Amino acid sequence: MKADVEPRLVSASAAAMARGDVLLSVDNVSLSFGGVRALRDVSFDIRKGEIRAIIGPNGAGKTSMLNVINGFYHPQGGIITFKGKRRHDMRPYLAASQGIARTFQNVALFRGMSTLDNIMTGRTLKMRRGILAQAIYWGASQREEIRHREAVEHIIDFLEIKHIRKTPVGKLPYGLQKRVELGRALATEPELLLLDEPMAGMNLEEKQDMSRFILTVKDTFDTTIALIEHDMGVVMDLSDRIVVLDYGRKIADGTPGEVQGNQAVIDAYLGIPH
Amino acid sequence: MHSKSPAVEAGPLDTLPKVLLRNAAQYADRPAMRHKNYGIWQTWTWQELAHEVRAFAIGLRKIGLKRGDAVSIIGDNRPRLYAAIAAVQSLGGVPVPVYQDAVADEMAYVLEHAEVRFAVVGDQEQVDKIISVTERLPKLERIVYDEERGLATYDPARLHSFKHVQGLGREEMRTNPGAEAWWLAEIANGKGGDVSVMLYTSGTTGRPKGVMLTYHNIIVSAANGNKFDGFGPHDLLLAYLPMAWVGDHIFSYAQAYMGAMCVCCPESPETVVEDRREIGPTYFFAPPRVFENLLTQVMVRMEDAGWLKKHMFQYFLEVARRSGEQILDGRPVALHDRLLYRLGDLLVYAPLRNRMGFSRTRVAYTAGEAIGPELFRFYRSLGVNLKQLYGQTEASVYITMQPDGEVYPDTVGRPAPDVEIKIADNGEVMFKSPGVFLKYYKNEAATKQTKTPDGWVHTGDAGFFDQRGHLKIIDRAKDVGRLNGGALIAPKYLENRIKFFPEVREAVAFGQGHDYVTMFINIDPISVGNWAERNNVSYASYQELAGHPRVEEIVAKRVDELNEALSHEPQMAGSQIRRFLILPKELDADDGELTRTQKVRRSFIAERYEALITALYDGAKERQLSMEVTFEDGRKGKIDGDVRIVDMKIYPIPTAEPLREAAE
Repeated sequence: MKADVEPRLVSASAAAMARGDVLLSVDNVSLSFGGVRALRDVSFDIRKGEIRAIIGPNGAGKTSMLNVINGFYHPQGGIITFKGKRRHDMRPYLAASQGIARTFQNVALFRGMSTLDNIMTGRTLKMRRGILAQAIYWGASQREEIRHREAVEHIIDFLEIKHIRKTPVGKLPYGLQKRVELGRALATEPELLLLDEPMAGMNLEEKQDMSRFILTVKDTFDTTIALIEHDMGVVMDLSDRIVVLDYGRKIADGTPGEVQGNQAVIDAYLGIPH
Repeated sequence: MHSKSPAVEAGPLDTLPKVLLRNAAQYADRPAMRHKNYGIWQTWTWQELAHEVRAFAIGLRKIGLKRGDAVSIIGDNRPRLYAAIAAVQSLGGVPVPVYQDAVADEMAYVLEHAEVRFAVVGDQEQVDKIISVTERLPKLERIVYDEERGLATYDPARLHSFKHVQGLGREEMRTNPGAEAWWLAEIANGKGGDVSVMLYTSGTTGRPKGVMLTYHNIIVSAANGNKFDGFGPHDLLLAYLPMAWVGDHIFSYAQAYMGAMCVCCPESPETVVEDRREIGPTYFFAPPRVFENLLTQVMVRMEDAGWLKKHMFQYFLEVARRSGEQILDGRPVALHDRLLYRLGDLLVYAPLRNRMGFSRTRVAYTAGEAIGPELFRFYRSLGVNLKQLYGQTEASVYITMQPDGEVYPDTVGRPAPDVEIKIADNGEVMFKSPGVFLKYYKNEAATKQTKTPDGWVHTGDAGFFDQRGHLKIIDRAKDVGRLNGGALIAPKYLENRIKFFPEVREAVAFGQGHDYVTMFINIDPISVGNWAERNNVSYASYQELAGHPRVEEIVAKRVDELNEALSHEPQMAGSQIRRFLILPKELDADDGELTRTQKVRRSFIAERYEALITALYDGAKERQLSMEVTFEDGRKGKIDGDVRIVDMKIYPIPTAEPLREAAE
């Protein structure tokens, strides 16, 4: 009962930016795979401390957009600026080390490993000791491991997954796996958290829990969140601003109220022929 | 906070805060509370606990708590909430623990009725609940919360963290040298006759009543309880049952203080089994339900075990059944069996006890509901000293207890120390003891109904003493009835019998004023679900599983077994079950069908499911059911479906003449 000091789950550089500043901007980004144009000339920005939703019908390019942001895809055209710096030649691990973490549409965890170990992998980038030193587990590497374990325990506590700490994630129900995946993303202490359909396949209660976690992450850790989600109720309730894609193009951008009333969005969802 | 430990007060130890001061001096470095936090067991010694309580108490004073104020305590078992109880008591306030899973409306009733000025709660969930009913609580001034998660953006005007309040207390002690002396004087002001706690009984009918217990009630009961089983500073217990329940208040708070025992709080309600295994409590209390679930889990795992393990398990379980209880009670057993039992202990019982967290358990108690004799014997034969007690909030728990060596599954034991018992003419059990409550808060009528002027209390239970001098409880006094044919029916007795089968979770029997007995049955989703998995029966919901024809077959077989068994019992043969149905939903406290302590609310159910009861008695084969249900978060939903009714065979009564021809 003495370990009551909450370690901050944000990196120090985040403090340099004020809430509301542009954290990441996407300008005129285009992406194609052969002849398929996944994104065409898309521009929008994500501001520090907001929940930004990306929505659109199936195949609109939402996941492609997230993949571009975290460096998995390389756009053929356009500029991406993160924390005021233009990005070149991005790779996912670079994105991670700069403070961008994500979860996946289809849960991508190490199924044979425990919840604890899975979340611990989120700390890998922050480990400074070599493999050999860690194997010997003595002195500085022991202290380092303990420090990281403590951070992970705070995440476990936060996400209320204490009871499955040592359970292999492959045995867990889907809703809990999603939570573990969020935990792993949080373990990297991201400034920008990308969530690809965090509520997919969940029942109502699980959705409510997840919404509460997302809001608390934003409020408590000051993390900026960009999410893709199909449940419009959730999107409208959670998001500060929404960008709508359709066939790779941005068709609307604004607050939930603005987007809801936008004719282009209504048409896209109701299927007006192009 | 490194001042010397608070001075021991001269004078009698007649309040629990005084006991706390004694422990802080006498057992300063012994563990008082443990809590698993961030994956590690953290400890408060008695001295540290006293310091935490002191800081919080002085902090409460700073935000306006006065002598006589009621303070609600709401949340999962946490050291800080237990400390809050002591802190409130130290200032002469009255703690009012409330069930943490109560919905906002129930909570509002208690907080309003008790005129609570402050609430100390566990987390955001409880804060949200209170805020949602805040306009009904004009007297409520402040809310103090333990866990800060999610509360960062809330308006801090009337809302403080536990740490913040303790900070105020520590600040006061730094700047005001008289603060500590003031606190000690406040404690010295407390008297044994003061109200120490107000516990709202969940009550099977009507609104909950606030049972007022004095320090004298609680201290005598706790001391007797400790003496009966020899509990002391080396004992360890796990506090996991609701803090608002009298049992937890007596065991985990009063007895722990009186005996300077160590109380351990689990990490979360879901981790209790694992935490218990890690802690290895020497004293364990659980309602029969918990023992049932534990056994079901073990059995389910054994189904999946390999051939060798399974056979070894079954063989040694049989050995234990033969001789385990005798060995536990110190009765003579053949050498051959004794050796086999020793081997079984090595191979099966000890690992099993360890798995269930009973490795160090000296005494385990169960109460609240009748426990199945099989279940009871199972644990005892494994070497777990499981005993039964019978108690009530109005008695500060103890009415009867089973002494070591005199443990029978069908009785609740002899009168507890200092308790007198008599059976009223209508069969109702009445008692008189130093633990008898003062009165119900603001409910003179109910107090008069329950407590006679000379101090006898009506328990509302029907029972009798057997030839060994042990009390047997058969049912609620008001629930014992007769069929039209004159045969006796004790619904609870039948329900308990059927619930002893693993497939049955809950049951409600009917018969009073009818020609024959019928029953609602709730299947056990774990046990039946596991069966379904093994037998390739697919289902999408509880409702679908409950309505499956093969599940119905299994349950019918169980009811038939019960009928067969009942036909051999002279008093009960008339109450064999003629027709039953499987309910499509689990009976739930959120729908008002069970009390918060998971007891069936018979009259409420009879009203709610009236159509089904009619169907049970009008010969229908099927009846349509459509009703509203409440989910855990308070939203309402609807279920629809047909419920089938199953006719059962009635066994003839062997000796006596048959009551009547089985008509159809």
